[in-house]
Amino acid sequence: MTINGKVIKFASNIDTDVILPGPYLVHTDPYELAKHAMAGLDPNFPEKAASGVIVVGGKNFGCGSSREQAPIALKYSGVQCVLAESFARIFYRNAITIGLPVLVCTGISSKVKEGDELAVNLQMGKVENKTNGSVLQATKLPEFIMEILENGGLISHLKRRFETNE
Amino acid sequence: MNIIEKILANASGKQEVSPGEIVEANIDVAMTHDLTGPLAIKSFHEIGAKKVWDKHKVVVILDHLVPASSVISAGLHKTVRDFVKEQKITNFYDVGRGGVCHQVMPEMGHVRPGEVIVGSDSHTCTYGAFGAFSTGIGSTEMAAVFATGKLWFRVPEVIKVDVTGKFQKLVSAKDLTLNVVGTVGADGAIYKGLEFCGSTIRDMTIDGRMVLANMAVEMGAKAGIIEPDKKTLDYVNARTDKPFTAVKSDKDSTYERTVNIDVSDLEPQVAVPHSVDNVKPVSEVEGTEVNQAFIGSCTNGRLEDLRDAAKIVKGKKIAKTVRLIVIPASQEIYLNAINEGLIKLFMESGATVGNPNCGPCLGGHMGIMADGEACISTSNRNFIGRMGSTKSFVYLASPATVAASALTGKITDPRKEAEV
Ligand code: SF4
Repeated sequence: MTINGKVIKFASNIDTDVILPGPYLVHTDPYELAKHAMAGLDPNFPEKAASGVIVVGGKNFGCGSSREQAPIALKYSGVQCVLAESFARIFYRNAITIGLPVLVCTGISSKVKEGDELAVNLQMGKVENKTNGSVLQATKLPEFIMEILENGGLISHLKRRFETNE
Repeated sequence: MNIIEKILANASGKQEVSPGEIVEANIDVAMTHDLTGPLAIKSFHEIGAKKVWDKHKVVVILDHLVPASSVISAGLHKTVRDFVKEQKITNFYDVGRGGVCHQVMPEMGHVRPGEVIVGSDSHTCTYGAFGAFSTGIGSTEMAAVFATGKLWFRVPEVIKVDVTGKFQKLVSAKDLTLNVVGTVGADGAIYKGLEFCGSTIRDMTIDGRMVLANMAVEMGAKAGIIEPDKKTLDYVNARTDKPFTAVKSDKDSTYERTVNIDVSDLEPQVAVPHSVDNVKPVSEVEGTEVNQAFIGSCTNGRLEDLRDAAKIVKGKKIAKTVRLIVIPASQEIYLNAINEGLIKLFMESGATVGNPNCGPCLGGHMGIMADGEACISTSNRNFIGRMGSTKSFVYLASPATVAASALTGKITDPRKEAEV
């Protein structure tokens, strides 16, 4: 699975309250949630992300509340993958659960600029910066997590398990 | 093994586990609420599951937007009620029956030492105060738990936080907690466990211990845990008759590192916008004007907190420029506060007292902030837009500091107001 896209870059400690502010949690439609992705920082984010982007964060990306609506909003606004120095744990699990690839990539915030073109190979954890030619190695995802992602998230993954069990 | 390793080993049927290992644990209790529950229910149906794994082990609490704040939130509540009925879930706390989820859980006897508890809310880590391994998960993972009663965990490395010394007057658990968050940092414990120990923790009340465990997630931690002792067992035994096995860390257990904190000289602490680890002694921010003061939430809406605040506002009026919002965290606390006369004191000072619920903590309703306004709050997060406008400011502090600031309209050291 290789993902190509332009970078939208954020700082460290991007919390779920800015990724999807509390008042929008009343929505259950993912496309409605997507309209408010990153509303706490940049109201124009959904417009910029629509073409299919890669979000690059610093440390502790997704800290704060357990709202699964945060990665859902990012995914449905057009974010194909998030690369960060580190992730908050609940956000990390939720992203995998809903089928949004997330990779820990040490050094990424200094090696990638806003607007750079990246090619991310998920299996290998390889991040190629096509704009400046550099290559970074991200932490590879464990096999069972890759499996969930390949199945399109935890729901389809479990569906299979339930169908074969019953 | 340390206490977290022991609990995870027991729950996954292993003799021993070590950090980094991934285990599948049996879940003892699973809690959801009105904002993350509907999505869990949707996912539960999408998975194709028919019945929750154990209708007695699921706890459902309406607390984030109650009573319903809009037609949309009313719809969310209805979705949850329908699910509770359909699944015959026995532990359901509707409007007026419970209060803020993390208070209701232990209070109603759903938390026991040694258990593995998950909640679709990040502050589920609060139950670590009772020696349980408890952590927040997302909605779809909650659906998976509803369906299977199991969930995978990575056994975390554990940081030991050893606290010694006696608190000065009007310095409390919240000041220690903010100090710990400031010391460890907002990302200082990502994926890790925190074990709080030391003489100060032993001396602390259950209410105080809950403040510490509650904010473990503010350092990125998976869980914040305190070994159960007599105080824990007294509290728990009075509220549950289900058996449990309390566990403690072995003397020779391993920790990633130890953080030592002495509270003897600690002064009241304030976390300033827009990050929880941006913690300063109150003296450095004194005089900052505030428009709203909030006493409540799963961090500091307990009886002890209301008592601390009431002592300060007693017989006085809050500043004309401030609205003080007081929200007891549960029905039980509210009733006790009425019986002790605390609610009367708040009302006479000019405060608004609300029904038990999350209230303004998450900017949902009951006190949303406008552009340019500042709030001093006993809650746990001061992120951009947390309590309303993305152009508003949230300062986090103890109930005593918030009450003192409400009296003056400016961030104030409670020790000064108490002397007046
Ligand atoms: S009081 Fe605030 S932090 Fe606690 S559960 Fe409610 S919204 Fe979350």
